[in-house]
Amino acid sequence: MHPNSTSGFREIAHTADWELEVWAPNLVNLLEQAALGMYHLTGVQLAPGPGISRQFTLQVIEPETLLIDFLNELLYLAESEDLGFNHFNLQIDNDRLLSELVGTQIISMDKEIKAATYHKLNIVETNQRLFANIVFDV
Amino acid sequence: MVDLRELIRVNRYEWEIPVSHRRDMRVPVRIFATKQLLDEIKGDKSLEQAVNAATLPGLVSPVVVMPDVHQGYGFPIGGVAATRLPDGIISPGAIGYDINCGVRLLASQVDYESVKNQLPELADNLNRLCPSGVGKKGHINLKINELDRVCKDGSRWTLRNGYASEADLRRTEENGSLDGADPSKISKRAKERGRQQLGTLGAGNHFIEVDVVDQVFNQKAAQAMGLIAGHLAVMIHCGSRGFGHQVCTDYVRDFQVAVKRYGIELPDRELVCAPLNSPEGKNYLAAMRCAANYAFANRQVLAHFARQAFEESLAGKVANWHLSQVYDIAHNMGKIETHEVDGELVEVCVHRKGATRAFGPGFQGLPSEYRSFGQPVLVPGSMGTASWVLVGTPESMRRSFGSSCHGAGRTMSRKKAKKSVWGEDLRKELQAQGIHIRAGSMAGLAEEAPQAYKDVDAVVETVYEAGIADKVARLRPVVVIKG
Repeated sequence: MHPNSTSGFREIAHTADWELEVWAPNLVNLLEQAALGMYHLTGVQLAPGPGISRQFTLQVIEPETLLIDFLNELLYLAESEDLGFNHFNLQIDNDRLLSELVGTQIISMDKEIKAATYHKLNIVETNQRLFANIVFDV
Repeated sequence: MVDLRELIRVNRYEWEIPVSHRRDMRVPVRIFATKQLLDEIKGDKSLEQAVNAATLPGLVSPVVVMPDVHQGYGFPIGGVAATRLPDGIISPGAIGYDINCGVRLLASQVDYESVKNQLPELADNLNRLCPSGVGKKGHINLKINELDRVCKDGSRWTLRNGYASEADLRRTEENGSLDGADPSKISKRAKERGRQQLGTLGAGNHFIEVDVVDQVFNQKAAQAMGLIAGHLAVMIHCGSRGFGHQVCTDYVRDFQVAVKRYGIELPDRELVCAPLNSPEGKNYLAAMRCAANYAFANRQVLAHFARQAFEESLAGKVANWHLSQVYDIAHNMGKIETHEVDGELVEVCVHRKGATRAFGPGFQGLPSEYRSFGQPVLVPGSMGTASWVLVGTPESMRRSFGSSCHGAGRTMSRKKAKKSVWGEDLRKELQAQGIHIRAGSMAGLAEEAPQAYKDVDAVVETVYEAGIADKVARLRPVVVIKG
């Protein structure tokens, strides 16, 4: 995807790990694009069939920590329950992120991410879009 | 980016970035590399990350960079930084998410030529008995209270439960168990992740290899280790799995707040830290030791199943198929050690991320048969290239806080490797060279292609010529199991 689109992600070359550039019109959409980008990097294949729903709440300390917390929550659900998600209903209510995600079982995943890191992480606004670079430890 | 022209050349294998390079540096950066390896390093941000590391509070000079260095996500991979007790800092990011990622080597009396035809079966048995791949669970399902015992006891738990011998523990760094591990400092989530992963390899650059001892450089040391030219050896590279990853995730997050409380300013958020004598610092150290013990136990269990694979494949075909422990080392770790600095003995926390402890001869923590040679240092190369067995030297104690390199070090991005290498072609190419590959993911295999890594022989030559390690043996792979 190209940064000229309203929202999206693309892989940036990194020597030993993976780096993603993500952009979206607002923070909630940025979280969704980061999730989709992370799944893309790991080569997640989801099973067909009825969706499985998961809900969780995260505290919003600041946008960057929220982004990392959100992605690491998805990594935990992938490892502990073999779940990946393709529908995101996210709302920020004061200092909380309310998440309702729908997805299915992960059939296969090409590669493993240990964690989303804070390295180079800085959400910036440019031309009415938010941009972030996220480096994942693999 | 650091301009290489700013580096001070100390000698052919050693360089320095002086503190004058950047205002916030507290100590210089010492780099072990040849000019050629330096030219490769300048292609990424590893030196800039080393300079960032040199801003951490409480550092004891210098920050050390190994010849296999490459860009990480904050602290460079291949970096060593020592901070002074009691109030120097400890930084989870300077140790890594895969706490106690490390290497174990086992030796055998099995002659390669006599078992060449059994290698495909051996590869299949290793692949079956040693679970690898993304999210794979192991054969052991621990209850939480048992996991707590693994955290506290490390390899001693494996000894009690029939996965190890006393000899295995003697020939493991710290005898496979760090004191001061406290499972109450571990989150419920980390424990959930660790319960079913003991005895699993993981994915990425983790592997089990069967090697042939190709060249012996130090006959006496090789003999003490059980390494015989032309015989098989087994190398296991993995760490603390999801358990360790979660511990680091938890504490990197907690330290985002702590670092502000202690008024520490950092050039990179992944370098977050807290004073060693703070509650946060003490809690992380206790948790890190749990993850380190988990990793020692993990490699021990994998060694047990590797032994089983050898028995299933070779019993009745060779007289002695047993695997004996050479050594087990960590290359992502934080250790409290005593080092001589400017003529004074100083207690420090040595952070090694992609760097191996390499204590010299005389170290009392070594098994008696190794004390005259120095601590074994295990340096895996990439798939299809050599791995090395070295030993630490007195010079490493003087120049690098008793540390040496840990591997070949990446030189190509994963993105480029995926585009330029086709996994299946690579597998066939290696097969044609007599290397039997079992890999869970062809995309993952492509990312780990040999051309993505530095020349391990050049890396080893550098540490050898710099005097911080001595050569014992060179190994070449004949079976590779990757997740």
